[in-house]
Amino acid sequence: MRGVLYVFAALAVIGLGFWAYQENYKTQQAIKDTRLLHAKIGAAHERINVLQAEWAYLNRPDRLRDLAELNFDRLGLLPLMPDAFGDVKDIIEPLPEILPITNPIDVNSIGPSTEEDPL
Amino acid sequence: MIRTPLRPLARVLEARDNGDDPALIEAENKRLRHEAMRDKARLRAEGRLLVLGAMFFCAFMTIGIRMGALASSEPEEPRAAVAGNPIIGQRSDIVDRNGRILATNLETHSLYAHPQDMVDPEYAAAELAHIFPDLDEEKLLANFTGDRKFLWIRKQISPEQLQAVHDIGSPGLLFGPREMRLYPNGPIAAHILGGASYGREGVASAEVIGVAGVERFFDAYLRDPANEGAPLELSIDLTVQAASEQVLAGGMSIMNAKGATSVLMNIDTGEIISMVSLPDFDPNNRPPVLTTGDQSDSPLFNRAVQGVYELGSVFKIFTIAQAMDLNLVNPETMIDTTGPLTWGRFKIRDFRNYGPELTTTEIIVKSSNVGTARIANMIGAERQREFLDSLGFLEPTTVEMVEAPTGKPLLPRNWSEISTMTISYGHGLSSSPLHLAAGYASLLNGGTRVQPTLLRQETAQTGDRVVREAVSTRSRDMLRQVVERGTASFGEVAGYDIGGKTGTADKPRERGGGYYDDKVIATFASVFPADDPQYVLIVTLDEPVESSGDEPRRTAGWTAVPVAAEMIRRVAPLLGMRPEVETLEPIGVTLTSN
Repeated sequence: MRGVLYVFAALAVIGLGFWAYQENYKTQQAIKDTRLLHAKIGAAHERINVLQAEWAYLNRPDRLRDLAELNFDRLGLLPLMPDAFGDVKDIIEPLPEILPITNPIDVNSIGPSTEEDPL
Repeated sequence: MIRTPLRPLARVLEARDNGDDPALIEAENKRLRHEAMRDKARLRAEGRLLVLGAMFFCAFMTIGIRMGALASSEPEEPRAAVAGNPIIGQRSDIVDRNGRILATNLETHSLYAHPQDMVDPEYAAAELAHIFPDLDEEKLLANFTGDRKFLWIRKQISPEQLQAVHDIGSPGLLFGPREMRLYPNGPIAAHILGGASYGREGVASAEVIGVAGVERFFDAYLRDPANEGAPLELSIDLTVQAASEQVLAGGMSIMNAKGATSVLMNIDTGEIISMVSLPDFDPNNRPPVLTTGDQSDSPLFNRAVQGVYELGSVFKIFTIAQAMDLNLVNPETMIDTTGPLTWGRFKIRDFRNYGPELTTTEIIVKSSNVGTARIANMIGAERQREFLDSLGFLEPTTVEMVEAPTGKPLLPRNWSEISTMTISYGHGLSSSPLHLAAGYASLLNGGTRVQPTLLRQETAQTGDRVVREAVSTRSRDMLRQVVERGTASFGEVAGYDIGGKTGTADKPRERGGGYYDDKVIATFASVFPADDPQYVLIVTLDEPVESSGDEPRRTAGWTAVPVAAEMIRRVAPLLGMRPEVETLEPIGVTLTSN
């Protein structure tokens, strides 16, 4: 009886040792994966940061103003002045009638049907 | 094991034959047996001691080696425990009220050299001098061939320069990562943001620290990893700030002023929507602090916060409002305005003679010093001081900038009766334009104290009551009349009802001894829309001259007011304010006759 108990105990020790060994390596793998992910997230953040900085730099008010002036003949952009506000009565009423639809497209929740090219 | 008997028969018999004592044999054998037992036990004990000693040795060695390893290795965070945002090490961004970036970080590199690793120092020095024209080739070569083991070449290089240096191919030229503070909008809001520079620096990284403005004031917040990179939201509106700077710069050059400042503030929340001080600078490349001369001539000087000036007649409304609050006068009370008003050796004069008496409203509209001084006399020094204190004119502003405490108002040492009279029209007390903006906002928002702030607010401030609501409304009406028919008639902007008060103050001489005749500070303090005030705008020009007429004009009505009007024309639509255009005929009803 005692011998059996010893055998079982020894087997349990071996089993637990094997389990602990495996868990250890799994943990190390998980840590390695996390580190890799963190590095990736960090790199992505850095990229986003650079892009945001570039976006802010390209949209700086001085540059936009210069661009609006350079392209004035094409875009005709002016600073927002009080006369830019319209009035409700300036809206044409009644609204012009919408032309009849000649080539209807079926639309469902997935999107427009692709059987027919809408263009 | 064969046991040795204690009394072996053969030897006992032999002893008996010889007549010896057989007990001796037993004693002998017992001794031998005990000796053997003792030797065995000692051996065992020695073995155990040895094992124990070895174990202690191993344990102490393990601890010792671990301690040695910890002491000699680089500290490292246990990675498994790190579960946060990987960018939190960076300094937080600063954004405007709409989330547009005002300050952010950019990864760049620093360049340093290990001269002992260089193969061809002459070539490296020549090439470096070629890439960075401001470096001296001779000096570099002397450094590369001397005893130095380490030297910085550049603290910050661009990616193109990085590639060019990399192409030199010298193993002694090394790069370190470097975080750089970037202000993408250039000089816009430069004084508010301040600037950043490097604190402690090493090869692997450098600490970015704020040196001025909100960067310095919120340094701890911006660097706090607990914020997880959440940006600092300011109350500034980038578009409004840019438009204000453009208009003010134009106005400053037309009016030949040497400096200009403007503050646009929300009247209820105290949020500073734009704050401009010209001349300005680029925070990406902060100019050095002046070592000689007047600091207020430096572009780094923030006139809106640090500059304290005698702001002149813009203060009159405070005197009148207090008198109305104390029920001393009402808008129709007639006040004696015969001048000059003599008080001791002082004489108070008006810009021109306005006749023997004026109503209180007319005193504001025509800007009569004599009338205001007489009203101030009715109030008295003590009450005037308390009232100005309740508006915040006796202490530096509490705005979130590191420069704010330096904008301490200059008060008369002895608040005498003559001080009361001169302060009533804005002389003898110097304060910053930001003080004035906060004072006007507090007076005109219904009469509760507003503290200026640079942080975005969601709700209106609920400060202490300064004046009654009715007094606030009456003051507003008076300011509206100043623009309609008074000294600020150039301040009319179609569609927006503007109220305001002009102030032209002679500049005091730096060395004391009176005032300049031809140098003024022209200020226009305005509020719009006058019927439902939302914003306060202060425009101050330093030494303006308007020279389109026969003689140079320096009064605020000719200099600061047109600039402020143009600014409101530009800025009000950006703030989403719709102009109120008078309609010639009622909409929707057409009268027809048959």
